Amino acid sequence: MPSQAPTQALFRIWRGDTEGGRFQDFTTQVGSGMVVLDAVHKIQAEQAPDLAVRWNCKAGKCGSCSAEINGTPKLMCMTRLSSIDLSMPVIIEPMKAFPLLRDLVTDVSWNFRVKKTIPKFTPRAPDAPDGTWRIQQSDADRVQEFRKCIECFLCQDVCHVLREHHKHDEFIGPRYFVYTAALEMHPLDTADRVPDLRHKFSLGYCNITTCCRQVCPESITITENAIIPLKERVVDRYFDPLKRLFRIL
Amino acid sequence: MPEYQTHPYDVLIVGAGGAGLRAAIEAASSGLKVGVVTKSLLGKAHTVMAEGGVAAALANVDERDNWRVHFSDTMRGGQYLNNWRMAELHAREAPDRVRELEAWGALFDRTSDGRILQRNFGGHRYPRLAHVGDRTGLEMIRTLQDHGIHTGIEVHMECTVLTLLTDSGRIAGAFGFDRERGHFLLWPAKAVVLATGGIGRAYQITSNSWEYTGDGHALAYRAGAELLDMEFVQFHPTGMVWPPSVRGLLVTEGVRGEGGVLRNSEGRRFMFDDIPELYKTQTAASEDEGWRYTQGDKEARRPPELLTRDHVARCINREVKAGRGSPHGGVFLDIAWIKTHLPNAAEHIRRKLPSMYHQFKQLADIDITREPMEVGPTTHYMMGGVRVDGDSQMSTVPGLFAAGEVAAGLHGANRLGGNSLSDLLVFGKRAGQFAADFARAHSAPAVDRAQAGAAAQAALEPFDRGAAGENPFQIQHELQERMQALVGIVRTESEMHQALELLDAFSARAARAGVPGHRQYNNGWHTALDLPQLLTVSEAITRAALLRQESRGAQFREDFPGKDPEWGKHNIVVRRGDAGEMLVEPRPVTPMPAELTQIIEEMK
Ligand SMILES: Cc1cc2nc3c(=O)[nH]c(=O)nc-3n(C[C@H](O)[C@H](O)[C@H](O)COP(=O)(O)OP(=O)(O)OC[C@H]3O[C@@H](n4cnc5c(N)ncnc54)[C@H](O)[C@@H]3O)c2cc1C
Ligand code: SF4
Ligand code: SF4
Ligand code: FES
Repeated sequence: MPSQAPTQALFRIWRGDTEGGRFQDFTTQVGSGMVVLDAVHKIQAEQAPDLAVRWNCKAGKCGSCSAEINGTPKLMCMTRLSSIDLSMPVIIEPMKAFPLLRDLVTDVSWNFRVKKTIPKFTPRAPDAPDGTWRIQQSDADRVQEFRKCIECFLCQDVCHVLREHHKHDEFIGPRYFVYTAALEMHPLDTADRVPDLRHKFSLGYCNITTCCRQVCPESITITENAIIPLKERVVDRYFDPLKRLFRIL
Repeated sequence: MPEYQTHPYDVLIVGAGGAGLRAAIEAASSGLKVGVVTKSLLGKAHTVMAEGGVAAALANVDERDNWRVHFSDTMRGGQYLNNWRMAELHAREAPDRVRELEAWGALFDRTSDGRILQRNFGGHRYPRLAHVGDRTGLEMIRTLQDHGIHTGIEVHMECTVLTLLTDSGRIAGAFGFDRERGHFLLWPAKAVVLATGGIGRAYQITSNSWEYTGDGHALAYRAGAELLDMEFVQFHPTGMVWPPSVRGLLVTEGVRGEGGVLRNSEGRRFMFDDIPELYKTQTAASEDEGWRYTQGDKEARRPPELLTRDHVARCINREVKAGRGSPHGGVFLDIAWIKTHLPNAAEHIRRKLPSMYHQFKQLADIDITREPMEVGPTTHYMMGGVRVDGDSQMSTVPGLFAAGEVAAGLHGANRLGGNSLSDLLVFGKRAGQFAADFARAHSAPAVDRAQAGAAAQAALEPFDRGAAGENPFQIQHELQERMQALVGIVRTESEMHQALELLDAFSARAARAGVPGHRQYNNGWHTALDLPQLLTVSEAITRAALLRQESRGAQFREDFPGKDPEWGKHNIVVRRGDAGEMLVEPRPVTPMPAELTQIIEEMK
């Protein structure tokens, strides 16, 4: 079984609030199997009790502990120190696409507001007299992939439309394309979100850079399985001349 | 007094896990103004971590299942100390509550004819757990969240309730603060539903998150409510033991449900060596019969690995103590062995247990499709909690309700896996409904601003002491370590007396806790404010465990290793005396009606 002898490592952590901030260096002992979140907790308990960090499950299940580690958006609780070069300072920063609250904690409430604007699940009438439905596993599979999402918002953090162009008022971001795809492809759902995708959610801003897919800790194939099929639906609806003709008639 | 904002509600729900969200949806459905307060962000509560499944006698996989079997399984698991009315309602209503989730968008795994698939779990006679791989809790909380946000409820994310307010004995609301910004908040309410979850952070080795500091238990106790069954803390048999930083992290019972077996360092399936009398007729006689059971053979009986959690945890403890443990102080849990029976075993395991596969691969460098895991007991679930009426979930304080893990009764001395998620749905709905009824039937209570003021003053004290005060993380850490050692899986009178003395000392230290910095998202401050709740529940657990001089369910007393029939007829109630002292007393179990007794007899 692999194990590491305890050693010292240097962590360069962003400290700050709405007023501004700076990096602060902390040296601490690191040992067998530790993850970045363990190191942050150790520093918090021993050196900086008011260091702000958000976390819950410590098992990659809740999506609370998102941060940027050496420049890459990751879950702190699933990033092993053994996967990082400890001869250099480990740089830990908050996500950049959201306003900073304090230290490693950002204000992600925008995401929760966006979700409310997406028309909710609307099932067809039940299939059986007892009020239940029949769904084949093969039809559930595709949507189950999307429903693995832990709402860590790392995909939102890397998307240039939000991160660089700050289109938060117009563009819902990859997380909510995954959410919309889960609803649109749900075997029971009957609502139509295609007009919203084009006009309100600005799906067209996405130029399929795949940055979001690359950081998803749940390995959801965000671009290929969610965004591209949604773009196809928009194209079919609005840009297919034959179909448009039919609708006019 | 420090400033605060006021947000009045008809019904205030404290907690946004499965129980809180289900209660909120129900209360809001009747048009009342409903507020939800949660310590973390929406969708991050403990419920998100649940893995194995939600128990409901849908009878989709085995048509012999029905609510009566589920009822008797739950009562047997709880060693008959359960509130039988809750066990009955739970078994009867769980199937509808699960189907309702499907109508709200949940997508459970399917049977070949397209219905909701169910899996085996410890103590359940038939495959009963509806599930989505091993991320059932995520599916459940997300469904409730996505449905709930369209029902008009207002959610106060990252806010902590510090105290409940009362008006001449009746509930009047709650007072607390916003963790993000440090502002104080007052929530006047006609009815309050506590759905705050458990107490696992009172122990060092736990599967529970930072939120589980027993807030609801302590708040209710201080508001005058009775607590019940506080001695029954569930230690789940299979937590990770290595590496140290993940010690305690849960390994779902689903691994054993899918055919995983427990072995000691000699390679022996030691669970076959000790099968309790109560379960003899239901347990497999051979390894082969056990395997056939996990693969759906209806003639076969379940393997001993799927006996109740209290028993499996003690057997593991015994193997480790006898020197037959694994290198890091656990035993081996092997699912990889099923490749000798299944051609595509590795793929099957990854499909059925995806998050376990990733958890071990990423955190321990173990490929569970090839090698065994190392596991040992971890603090997991609190059977004890606020004593409630079985039908309405109202506590002994008028207008104060409790549902989910913070409420007691359904599980008795030991909870069966899967019975918590169903508990949240059944009793979350009931609490929401009865709280709404209560709010409609009563006028707004008077809010005593002095109660709020005192809580705010006390909350700010750690800043007065600043960095010169005691480090709250250090106090919490030592408390957890002592509770684990002295009031853990194996208990004895002298150690628990020692624990009580130490708890006094910890209280004195908690009163000296200090934190530097300001009120915005200050984790040190949050930890300091959690300490009084942790200390109250630790004391309640210890006093109840001392009083119960027997071993039953989750409580194992080394000095009283047998069951005492007298104690089998009593629960223990904890309440606050007039002088603020903690009172602990036995309370006779209410006799079961004849038709329920008959069900239990028939199912024996
Ligand atoms: C790893 C793991 C796996 C599990 N697997 C299963 C399973 O397969 N099947 C099963 O049936 N059960 C399982 N359980 C148990 C089950 O998940 C929990 O018992 C259940 O989710 C508790 O739900 P709840 O709604 O009562 O509380 P929670 O979901 O924990 O929610 C508690 C809420 O209360 C809030 N809160 C607490 N204190 C305060 C306060 N002072 N102020 C404001 N808000 C507060 C929290 O922020 C949170 O929102 C598992 C548990 C764990 C830890
Ligand atoms: S693929 Fe689209 S949504 Fe994803 S990061 Fe790139 S632009 Fe954003
Ligand atoms: S899609 Fe992936 S990266 Fe985006 S929020 Fe969900 S889990 Fe996180
Ligand atoms: S703490 Fe839950 S994902 Fe990291």
